[in-house]
Amino acid sequence: MITKSLYQEVILDHNRNPRNYGSLDNANRSAEGHNPLCGDHLNIKINLSENLIIDSITFQGESCAICKASASMMTANVKGKTQADAETMIKEFRDMTVGKLEPDDDHHLGRLTVFVGVRDLPTRVKCAILPWHTLQAALNSVTTISTEADDDPMHVSIGNAS
Amino acid sequence: MTPIEPSLRSSGTSMFNVEQIRSDFPILKLKIDDKQLVYLDNAASSQMPTVVMDRMLRYQTMEHANINRAVHYLSETATAEYEKSRHKLKNFINANEDREVIFTSGTTDAINLVAHGYGRKFISSGDEIILTVLEHHSNIVPWQMLAEENGVKIRVVPINDAGELLIDEYKKLFNKNTKLVGVTHVSNAIGTINPIKEMIEFAHTHGVPVLVDGAQAAPHMKIDVQELDCDFYTFSAHKLCGPTGIGILYGKANQLNRMNPFKGGGDMITSVTFEKTIYNTIPHKFEAGTPPIAAAIGFGAAIDYLSSIDLSTIEAYEQSLINYATEQINNIPGIRIIGSAAEKVAVLSFSVDGVHPHDIGTLLNQEGIAVRTGHHCAQPVMQRFKVPATTRASFSFYNSMAEIDALIAGIQKVQKVFL
Repeated sequence: MITKSLYQEVILDHNRNPRNYGSLDNANRSAEGHNPLCGDHLNIKINLSENLIIDSITFQGESCAICKASASMMTANVKGKTQADAETMIKEFRDMTVGKLEPDDDHHLGRLTVFVGVRDLPTRVKCAILPWHTLQAALNSVTTISTEADDDPMHVSIGNAS
Repeated sequence: MTPIEPSLRSSGTSMFNVEQIRSDFPILKLKIDDKQLVYLDNAASSQMPTVVMDRMLRYQTMEHANINRAVHYLSETATAEYEKSRHKLKNFINANEDREVIFTSGTTDAINLVAHGYGRKFISSGDEIILTVLEHHSNIVPWQMLAEENGVKIRVVPINDAGELLIDEYKKLFNKNTKLVGVTHVSNAIGTINPIKEMIEFAHTHGVPVLVDGAQAAPHMKIDVQELDCDFYTFSAHKLCGPTGIGILYGKANQLNRMNPFKGGGDMITSVTFEKTIYNTIPHKFEAGTPPIAAAIGFGAAIDYLSSIDLSTIEAYEQSLINYATEQINNIPGIRIIGSAAEKVAVLSFSVDGVHPHDIGTLLNQEGIAVRTGHHCAQPVMQRFKVPATTRASFSFYNSMAEIDALIAGIQKVQKVFL
């Protein structure tokens, strides 16, 4: 059972000691992500440079370990990357969690493949991808997103999440 | 898993043989991967004994046709069996007459029926409805929809820190505009048993009818609607060892008679012309269209099964389960039980310090343990206790003390992972 490997040490570590956790004073992009099904929410702040590089990024919020670890590892991975590269990773991460991308395929996710196990737990997919679509929203100057909104570009509809 | 004699582990009530009961439920033998299933999500839906499945299979194999229509053998058999189920339900809740039992698709459907058939007709702008903080969303949203439509005001009974309704506050909410009380008999989120008899009595002194959501009460205790004197009482089969898609609304005949129908269609009419339609009498007035006949008959079989065990035996055994579970969970440091009402059913809602309920649910699932995590469709309760969600273990009479031990071991394992 893949879920046995979901709560791996790397995820537990990022949950215990989240990286880039807190607020960002000079942020010029931010978004609030919300999962109304469980009440989880997080806020992402970014300082995006003129040449579209993520100079700094932080997150804050209340969520489960999967969501928090995903946010922590995401911020560590996209920091210093261009907006375009970050958006590629967003797409790849989402594809991986819904089974459209395998860890062995070509991708830019690195250790983030540790989250592949959520694909077997459809109810937990949204926990893992909430930080990613909040990032997507922030990069595109959308201030709030909900996992349950129809117009959410990352919306995982029923039958699509397995 | 070694079964442990319940009487050795509890306050000494004389018990039925839980292992024998468990053999009636084939799903309880299931393994989740290599782990024995421990099913503790009974407040969401209970499991079904073989006798109920067999009854529905027999119906489909030998008795099925549409009801209330044709003169042929199968239609008459199906109609008779469907009505026998209604009669069993009538006896189960001690209603005065069979026609006071309306088949609905479940509790939600029944509450919507009352909001529509009673609410729209008798409750209008400036009027007030009293609900409680402990309501499931299904006893909140239909009333909010009515409020939005015609300006009805909703007033809410608060609870104390134990999760018990403040009855003095309840009494203060009544005024000349109060038109209905909607109250859950038992809280689905935290298990509190509400003093509905006292609440109904008080409402009636003000001439206000009372709708009781019995979805979480009927599986655990004997219900006597005449003794309660409630105007409406509702519950679903699937929490009572029956199938999904069926439930009942009990209503006093005089209330049901003066209400508007909910859904229009076949069976609920006496005659139809394009000039005028005459509605059928109760219960048919509220049963438009072909009902889930097999489910209704299965519901009757589930009632027979529960009655064969006896609700008071079930109640006593389940109380020993919740007492044992509460005692054991209180021994674990870092756990907070949400809801400590003096009167509660076998529902244990809790939070674990530093661990999100979703993570608890996923990790317990790895041990084969099924619990519910989330807001339990009762967000106002969560808001009152200032938690976004809880983990809820809800017990049935087919759960064993050994399964509580498995839950406790599972929680300790979760704590170790998150240490």
